[in-house]
Amino acid sequence: MHYAILCYHSEEVVMAWTKEQNDEVMGRLEKIRQRIAKEGKLGPVARLLPTTAATTLRKDRDPPLILDGPFAETKEQFLGFYIVDVADLDEALGIARELGEANPGGAFEVRPLAVYYPAGV
Amino acid sequence: MAEIAWIHAALTSARPQAISALLRYFRDLDVAEEAYQEACLRALKTWPQNGPPRDPAAWLIFVGRNVALDQVRRQKKQTALPEDDQLSDLDDAETEVAERLDGAHYRDDILRLLFICCHPDLPSTQQVALALRIVSGLTVKQIARAFLVGESAMEQRITRAKARVAAANVPFEAPGPVERAERLAAVAAMLYLVFNEGYSASGAESDRRRPFSEEAIRLMRLLLRLFPTEPEIMGLLALMLLQHARAPARLDAGGQIILLEDQDRSLWDREMIAEGLALVDKAMRHRRPGPYQLQAAIAGVHSRAAQPGETDWAQIDVLYATLEHIQPSPVITLNRAVAIAKLRGPEAALATIEPLEQQLSGYFYFFGFKGWLLMQLGRSREARAAFDRAIGLAGSASEAAHIRQHIDRLMREGEQAAAG
Repeated sequence: MHYAILCYHSEEVVMAWTKEQNDEVMGRLEKIRQRIAKEGKLGPVARLLPTTAATTLRKDRDPPLILDGPFAETKEQFLGFYIVDVADLDEALGIARELGEANPGGAFEVRPLAVYYPAGV
Repeated sequence: MAEIAWIHAALTSARPQAISALLRYFRDLDVAEEAYQEACLRALKTWPQNGPPRDPAAWLIFVGRNVALDQVRRQKKQTALPEDDQLSDLDDAETEVAERLDGAHYRDDILRLLFICCHPDLPSTQQVALALRIVSGLTVKQIARAFLVGESAMEQRITRAKARVAAANVPFEAPGPVERAERLAAVAAMLYLVFNEGYSASGAESDRRRPFSEEAIRLMRLLLRLFPTEPEIMGLLALMLLQHARAPARLDAGGQIILLEDQDRSLWDREMIAEGLALVDKAMRHRRPGPYQLQAAIAGVHSRAAQPGETDWAQIDVLYATLEHIQPSPVITLNRAVAIAKLRGPEAALATIEPLEQQLSGYFYFFGFKGWLLMQLGRSREARAAFDRAIGLAGSASEAAHIRQHIDRLMREGEQAAAG
């Protein structure tokens, strides 16, 4: 069963991390990623650039409207995601919990995938 | 990692919004800063137990306001009543919540806080020091160290600068669209100053001032979040990112600046470059070119070249031509001449720069470049004269060394070109 672990956090707070804080978090996450990858449970992982680099295409009109910035104005922003291949929700939540301990603050939305095309398909 | 470090990140990120809101309530920078400090102390006491609140800025504004109001009430017993308008509706918690929902308010608050640091009577270094102290919350000690002055001297400078901006009476009403655009332009220019204080530092200062560049980028991102559709704001953030991406390759072991074409490009920060390029693309879609966007686009062309030989000089030429058109300046023409030399040869470049000699008579780079062009044309006696003039313009021993290094390379290249 594929799950997406969607990472939300206050972008302003993450931007205020010192380089040391950032490196420490990334180092801890790296260890967890490697272990899950070894177990064959890890799909693509991405950390997104800040929402200030985002562009939004509103396709509910014709022609679509292109806007600067993220789709949603929220307190916490969508900053990255993991795709994991696990037995059930409990296992996905377990991984999310572990990633959360390594990366304090914010929230993970754990959401099952309906369709999944791995790269090149 | 200590919980405290994470709380500090939350406090740092909330600071501009919290101080600027407190400034609007109390109309006094010192009161706003003290209220914020006090709120931070309380945060450091309670957040480790309860975890940081979901909206740290709102928490700090609320607590800071109550702290300051308590003090006002205590002082009221000892001093005359403050003016009514300073205390109007300060006690109304609902307004605070309503205001928080009003994005424009919050946007103008932060813009105002940054704008008061741009007072035109303040020398640029004082604008920078003030912004770093008030908006970024750097300590006087950190700022003094970076500017190589004593702490008490810096303290005095900042105090004087604050008195100056307090006397300026920046209005607290929401600005109209024209005034808002003017403030935004002034603030962007000031943040670029902050950035350049960090970026242009070399030698021992570079480490102490790196935080300036990082802070300028952080505040620039904040500004872009507040004004997400302004192409020049995208452009300036892109320019900062594309320049800062080169920081790891810019200085040699001795702290001397390494020229762009000599830098080890594998040391450039790819993530920053990606963000910078994305912002240039976004800005260009608006079809409202401006100086920051064009400079960012030029920096972007350089960052796309894995080797100096792969640089798209035709693109750089076009961008500089547009920049000349928008913002004519001899330095821009000189930079464009570098692209012309690469594209159309030394003769064409020399013809481009010769009319600039008078205006750039104090600019070593002009004579260095002129010497390089003359060398390539086999006019080595004239080239020497130009190189000597360049060395004569050095302001310091390290600058002279830097120019010599530059000239050595130019002579080598010129000789090779003349021979080939």
